[in-house]
Amino acid sequence: MVALTPISRTAPSFYVPVVAAFGAFFGVFIGTGQGSLLIGVIGGAVIMGALAFVMTKIIKNETASRWGLAVLVALAGFLLAGIPGLVIGTFFGWFFGFLTFWLYEGRYRAKLPPYLTPGQVLWHFTFRTICGAIFVFLITPILVVMPLSFNAENFFTFTPEMLRFDPAGYSLKHYRDFFTNDDWQNALRNSVQIAPVATLLSVSFGTLAAIGLSQPHVPFRRAIMAILISPMIVPLIISAAGMYFFYSRVGLQGTYIGVVLAHAALGIPFVIITVTATLVGFDRSLTRAAANMGANPVTTFFRVQMPLILPGVISGGLFAFITSFDEVVVVLFVGSAGQKTLPWQMFIGLREQISPTILAVATILVFISICLLTVVELLRRRSERLRGMSPS
Amino acid sequence: MKLTNTLLASTALTFAAGMASAEAHMADEMTIVSWGGAYSNSQQKAYSEPYAEKTGVNIINDESSAEAVAKLRAMNEAGNISWDVVDVTAADSFRLCDEGLAMEIDFDEQLKAGDDGSTPTDDFGDTLINDCFIPQIVFSTTFGYRTDLVGDTPPTSVCDIFDTEAYPGKRSLEKRPIGNMEWALLCDGVAKDEIYDVLETEEGQEQALAKLDTIKDSVVWWSAGADTPQLLADGEVVMGSTYNGRLFSVIEEQDQDVAMLWDGQMFDLDGWIIPAGLSDERKARALDYVKFATDTQRLADQAAYISYGPARASSAPLVGQHAELGIEMAPHMPTDPANATNVFVFNYEFWADYRDDIDAKFQAWLVQ
Repeated sequence: MVALTPISRTAPSFYVPVVAAFGAFFGVFIGTGQGSLLIGVIGGAVIMGALAFVMTKIIKNETASRWGLAVLVALAGFLLAGIPGLVIGTFFGWFFGFLTFWLYEGRYRAKLPPYLTPGQVLWHFTFRTICGAIFVFLITPILVVMPLSFNAENFFTFTPEMLRFDPAGYSLKHYRDFFTNDDWQNALRNSVQIAPVATLLSVSFGTLAAIGLSQPHVPFRRAIMAILISPMIVPLIISAAGMYFFYSRVGLQGTYIGVVLAHAALGIPFVIITVTATLVGFDRSLTRAAANMGANPVTTFFRVQMPLILPGVISGGLFAFITSFDEVVVVLFVGSAGQKTLPWQMFIGLREQISPTILAVATILVFISICLLTVVELLRRRSERLRGMSPS
Repeated sequence: MKLTNTLLASTALTFAAGMASAEAHMADEMTIVSWGGAYSNSQQKAYSEPYAEKTGVNIINDESSAEAVAKLRAMNEAGNISWDVVDVTAADSFRLCDEGLAMEIDFDEQLKAGDDGSTPTDDFGDTLINDCFIPQIVFSTTFGYRTDLVGDTPPTSVCDIFDTEAYPGKRSLEKRPIGNMEWALLCDGVAKDEIYDVLETEEGQEQALAKLDTIKDSVVWWSAGADTPQLLADGEVVMGSTYNGRLFSVIEEQDQDVAMLWDGQMFDLDGWIIPAGLSDERKARALDYVKFATDTQRLADQAAYISYGPARASSAPLVGQHAELGIEMAPHMPTDPANATNVFVFNYEFWADYRDDIDAKFQAWLVQ
């Protein structure tokens, strides 16, 4: 959107308190870290409010004062907490410089339609802040794990060396442990042997079930559907205990096939749901046209229906794969130590021996997931482009 | 079509391979259940690897001892015992033995005599506490503290746990009454030999909880043995209780600023049970393993990897140096005379009778 709204400088009675409020917010963290919450809040508000006023009314030159502030806060951070303080301080200094002039020059208004009331403008930015906060809360725990996995110590601790960015504080030994330790390699092998087969079973059965259940003439469709997707709704521990006793009686407990079947049952609901969703947009006259031209139902399925519902099948399969790959409760019951999967190994590792190897594995798994999702998304876009469904 | 066929074929193949390998393994495979971490590692090095070399049995390690009682009950109900030998604490062995889930052992018949010629019954002595439990190690639950956070006067007595003025900061305690109640009473002025008499009474339990109440705000409760080492390494807590072997690892192997406080340590035993209801072939193999793993030399060997004292008297003189660090292990044993000046011995009879009752009170107190 082009800047439609004319902007003008705002009064100090507006931007100074807002900047001070931000200063108070960040003061909470610094104050708590240094021992006194109250002093942090008040100090943050006063210092940032005063600096905002000085920069806009006394120095006036934007470039000079923003650089000055960044250097000043960075120095303060360095004095408080060394090199990490310097990095965080530079960021804060840049942020407050930006914030002050963004408010002072009225730039926050520039890209919004001119007819918005102040309340709507406030909500516009509050909404974005809330979204950002949710994003941060979802992502931070995953990000925190990554530097810790390069820890040179055997604990989940940011050591002083790590915080000083001293190379001696970092090491790849937990990755080495993962790739050389028999326990972890066995667990990886088991996971890799179980998940694809379970996925294949879920995808085959789930797709067939979804197609069958989308035929209007099938009796008790809703009841059957409810039963098939129940593994997703029933608490996992109940499915697991039930499977344990049932599989024990039929001799499947503690076997490879038992774990594969259990995971397939957990994956089927995901496939049914995604495939049913894509089938809603599937034009039934296509199957009739195929039949009209002499194709038998199997050929029709593979040549006509399957290519069209493939995106749903693939994403269902992906969910089924991740379910099996991440699953720890059912495998603890249905599997025996011979089928110890990666999540199982991580679980006992967390309970008995808090070793950063778990974090190294987690980091590797996160990267694998990101790669998988990226590939699937690229494939989806490619197929859409080929079919001319998207303009680009 | 082609893709589908390939997929179907590969599924069938994987299945077949899985089946084949599962069957091939069953014949000479045994599952040994333990706690994981450094402890399992010491058992694998000292017992399982030599045993596998000697007999060719393929040993699978399961780290499920924490839920051994529940799992053995479920296995018994399902009629499918998948474990061969299980490492449990002494307290768990009482429950398993009483419920008939563990096999009874004839110690003199089924275990090896000591290297000094003593019968197993004499050699294990007091550590034989019921008919099913084959003792392996003596361990203790004791305290460690951060040397850099306690000032110039490091704690010397277990009662320093309750002294938040001299040692401000958090302390970690196990989330169960055992140990904590005894320490609370001891530090509340109850004479050591009267503690269990006092703890039997309603007022005594109140008194212990009231003492714990004085530090409740500064306690981090742990439930897994790895928690306190992590909290100490983090500097989250000033002092905390955990198993002495964990502290040894933090201090000597991980080189953290932590020191031992042996005062008031609580001795406990850990050992093997063999689940009841194994087939004759598996039972014979499990007995053979246990016989091998609890002989004088093997028990002494374990101490080269972890600082737990061997349960046999005849093993003590054979305890040598740490396998990797080369330090003498004897001074790190909880049973070493210098460390064992003021100890509690886990009172199995008392806790068997009062555990449920005191547990309920303790949990209720926790959530207050």
